[in-house]
Amino acid sequence: MSDMNTAMVEKYRNSFLKEVEANVEEGEWVKMCMQCGVCSGSCPLGPHWAHPPQEIFMMIRAGKREEVLASDSMWMCTSCYNCIVRCPRELPITHIMHGLATYAKKLGLVPKGQATAEFSQIFWNNMMKKGRVNELKLGLSLYFKDGFGQGIKNAMANQKLGMNMMKAKRMSAAEFFGGHGIKDVSGLQKMIKKAEEIEAAKLEANK
Amino acid sequence: MADDKKFAGFVCTGCGIGDRLDAGQLEMTATRDGKMQSCVQHEMLCNKEGVQLIRDTIDNDGATHIMIAACSRRAKVEAFSFPDVAMSRANLREGVIWSRPDTDEARETTQEMADDYIRMACAEVKFMTKPTPSGEQELNKNILVVGGGVTGMTAALETAAAGFKVHLVEKTGALGGWAAKWHKRIPYRAAAAGVSNGTNVDLPLPIDNNVGEMIAAVEASDKITVHLNSTVTKTSGAPGRFSADITTESGSTATENFGAIVQASGWKAFDPSALAYLGSSNADVVTNVELEALANEAGDGPIKRPSDGKEVKSVVFVQNAGQASKEEGHLPYHSGIGDLISIKQALYFKDQNGKDCDTTILFDNLRTPGAAGEDFYRSGQQQMVIFSKGKVSEVTSSGSGATVNFKDLILNEDVKLDADLVVLDLGMVPNSGPNPYAVTDALEQLPYEERDKKLAEVEKQVAEASVSIESILNLDYRQGTDLPHLVNGFTDSHFICFPYETRRSGIYAAGPVRRPMDIKQAQDDATGAAMKAIQAAVNAGQGSAAHPRVGDLSYPKFRKEGCTQCKRCTVECPFGAINEDEQRYPMFNESRCRRCGTCMGACPVRVISFENYSIDSVGQQIKNVDIPDEFDEKPRILVLACENDAYPALDQAAMSGQEISAWARVIPVRCLGSVSLSWITDSMNSGYDGIVMMGCQRGKDYQCHFVRGSTMAAERMMKVGDTLQTLNLEPERVVVHEVAITDIERAPRLIKEMEEVIEKVGMSPFKF
Ligand code: SF4
Ligand code: SF4
Ligand code: SF4
Ligand code: SF4
Repeated sequence: MSDMNTAMVEKYRNSFLKEVEANVEEGEWVKMCMQCGVCSGSCPLGPHWAHPPQEIFMMIRAGKREEVLASDSMWMCTSCYNCIVRCPRELPITHIMHGLATYAKKLGLVPKGQATAEFSQIFWNNMMKKGRVNELKLGLSLYFKDGFGQGIKNAMANQKLGMNMMKAKRMSAAEFFGGHGIKDVSGLQKMIKKAEEIEAAKLEANK
Repeated sequence: MADDKKFAGFVCTGCGIGDRLDAGQLEMTATRDGKMQSCVQHEMLCNKEGVQLIRDTIDNDGATHIMIAACSRRAKVEAFSFPDVAMSRANLREGVIWSRPDTDEARETTQEMADDYIRMACAEVKFMTKPTPSGEQELNKNILVVGGGVTGMTAALETAAAGFKVHLVEKTGALGGWAAKWHKRIPYRAAAAGVSNGTNVDLPLPIDNNVGEMIAAVEASDKITVHLNSTVTKTSGAPGRFSADITTESGSTATENFGAIVQASGWKAFDPSALAYLGSSNADVVTNVELEALANEAGDGPIKRPSDGKEVKSVVFVQNAGQASKEEGHLPYHSGIGDLISIKQALYFKDQNGKDCDTTILFDNLRTPGAAGEDFYRSGQQQMVIFSKGKVSEVTSSGSGATVNFKDLILNEDVKLDADLVVLDLGMVPNSGPNPYAVTDALEQLPYEERDKKLAEVEKQVAEASVSIESILNLDYRQGTDLPHLVNGFTDSHFICFPYETRRSGIYAAGPVRRPMDIKQAQDDATGAAMKAIQAAVNAGQGSAAHPRVGDLSYPKFRKEGCTQCKRCTVECPFGAINEDEQRYPMFNESRCRRCGTCMGACPVRVISFENYSIDSVGQQIKNVDIPDEFDEKPRILVLACENDAYPALDQAAMSGQEISAWARVIPVRCLGSVSLSWITDSMNSGYDGIVMMGCQRGKDYQCHFVRGSTMAAERMMKVGDTLQTLNLEPERVVVHEVAITDIERAPRLIKEMEEVIEKVGMSPFKF
């Protein structure tokens, strides 16, 4: 268990709802859910996750901390926004889902090998380097994330796709060597840092 | 026919009537067949000039009976109001031209229909007399209000504000009832318009209890006399002339006269001892009523738990405890407002015990009726009250506090929750007297054949069950001491059209004795009932009926010589309006009577009638329809339609362009209960091919405007089959339907179905 996680368990012993409200982006909306189930019914992936949004919100209220934070449900959200559009209470469900995912990540509770979480991390690292996504490297890191042998297999399987992308100039082999970035990478990194500070301040204010 | 009767007919050619029908012929039908002494046409009878024409005929020519052939009797009621003469109306607009297609083929049958309706209206008016009030009573501007809680006090204040005097009788030593004991009240208001969703928006919160102000207002009113520690020990009479004995605890009795009565006897708390599995013996498990006392004790400070006075840090509300349950000793219904109460109480904790106090409401189905409803619920969410959907199986205890075991219904798993305090949401039990019709109601649940056999047993059960129930009004009526119950002990009311109405004319029920409700709803209810009571007193003073025939001055008269003392009328009158005199003849109580005619329909020797509605006035309409002979292929279908729902539905059907069978001849009746079997046999004998009767829904969820009229009719009609068989006729020729006012497509279809039946079984052999 990460230190932060232990601290949080200690701090919000009684109410996971309060913890969510204070630490999860848009978490203060969770209590406004009236359990109508419209969100779950609207979600295109609804039947495929362990807990659709309505249930996640109920679990938060029922104090099921471990089950919620270690769940892969919020990672399944594709950001289609159907739920937000339809929720009669106007809960920002998609954002709450991403907020929960972020919080779980901070606490180190993401299930091992969670594909979306891994992809996101790879994507983030890749993007942060040059300020733009290096498709070739992104693809390669994805292929090789589970080891060299598996990487080769993956690369072979998707060979045709890769070739086509090259032909269509969507990907360039030259990118392997450094690749090109945006003009002001450090400016971007400053911006991101600022955004992180703003977010942290906002969450601090919730406490 | 007596010489002093003078008949005048009027045919309107407006609204397209003149274009579709041959008005000259209609006029001729009225004078030749209908024997009107005069008949004129007018191109818009309802306008000033047309109405003046009728007025002049009455004033100058001395017409005493008028027949108006125009629109439905339900249209232009104000224009065609001539209370000084007898009047009938032929429905040529809705009943004929609007319900028939405007085609060449239809022209002939449409005209026949119109001619028939004119003959019928002429025949009807001939057998009517102008009703006159009995002059039995005068206006009594005193109203009795029984019950000094919020409902009773509101009724008293509203009545006083309308200029009537009130006697307010309260059983206990103080006004205010339950509501005076509440710490705070459920808010009355919703969020302001435009307040959208959000976590920090302004939502309604529990408000201060102002029952004290209400008590002060009652005490200050010079129109209200308060009787504390008192009960009503005898009530006799009728609307306009009730007499009530008000007896104090010490035994002294005052007798007062009243025009009408409002019963606001409220509710009793459900006894939680039946709910041992919910830990009702644990000191830290309290009822929602008890919690109010704890909150009052705490003042503005934190609420403490009873076992050891520890400040409550966690509380669980168990919703719907012993409610809407079939289990022995539980309430079979749901009180509806328990969830509002729990939200209110949860907010006490958030307010007084701190935001950190854990408040969980375990609900099964959450209902928040009333003005503040949904917004109040949002308010609870905003304040971090946790709403969990779960079914509580048990509340256990170990030491202080309690543990609630429940099945989480969303997550589908068993969960335990520890709490310092557990609050049970218990239902409201109406505080009504014994049900005078308990035996009848119980018998009606049984199959027809078993009723006689089970009578003694049912009577015994009912007697045992009601022995501990105190009477509230102690009515000195032949039909029992209290208001009839509707269901589950709540007093009767026509829940759709006339919510305060009971089956005892002039006595109105308001507040939680009628159905569970909160303060706001009880106040609205009380205001409505007070207005009804005033109306009843005023109507009684004028000798006219209470709803739904408000203004009707006629009342049942009966020919004593013909009466066989069979007592059907006495028993079947839904309103207990008929008593017996010393010689055991029926004694009609005019101001209790609602003019439904159920007694008239019940009387086997047909001796009961009204001035403007009788066996003859309908019988003659039936007889004056032209019955074409068998080979004409024009069947005739008699439709007896209740004027409250079925007849308006047919009018509405015509307005919306539905077709009504050209073979139908519709006669409005006051209530299906007023239908005499003689009308059925007579019409069969005179060659009608089918009869369609349309009344209101009967039974537990009845919508009959006279409560039991359609039930009585249905019972009587069960025997029609035999009669038809003795005439060698097919029983399918006579049908009874339950029709609602919204059945505008169905009602014409039901008539159409009879056409099909006739096609199948053939025309009646009784045509001449
Ligand atoms: S649609 Fe909105 S209110 Fe309904 S369950 Fe989903 S989040 Fe809750
Ligand atoms: S509303 Fe009635 S009375 Fe007036 S013109 Fe039309 S049919 Fe005639
Ligand atoms: S049955 Fe109807 S009409 Fe007859 S006395 Fe009773 S209320 Fe009056
Ligand atoms: S139903 Fe007719 S015959 Fe029977 S008691 Fe009443 S009035 Fe007399």
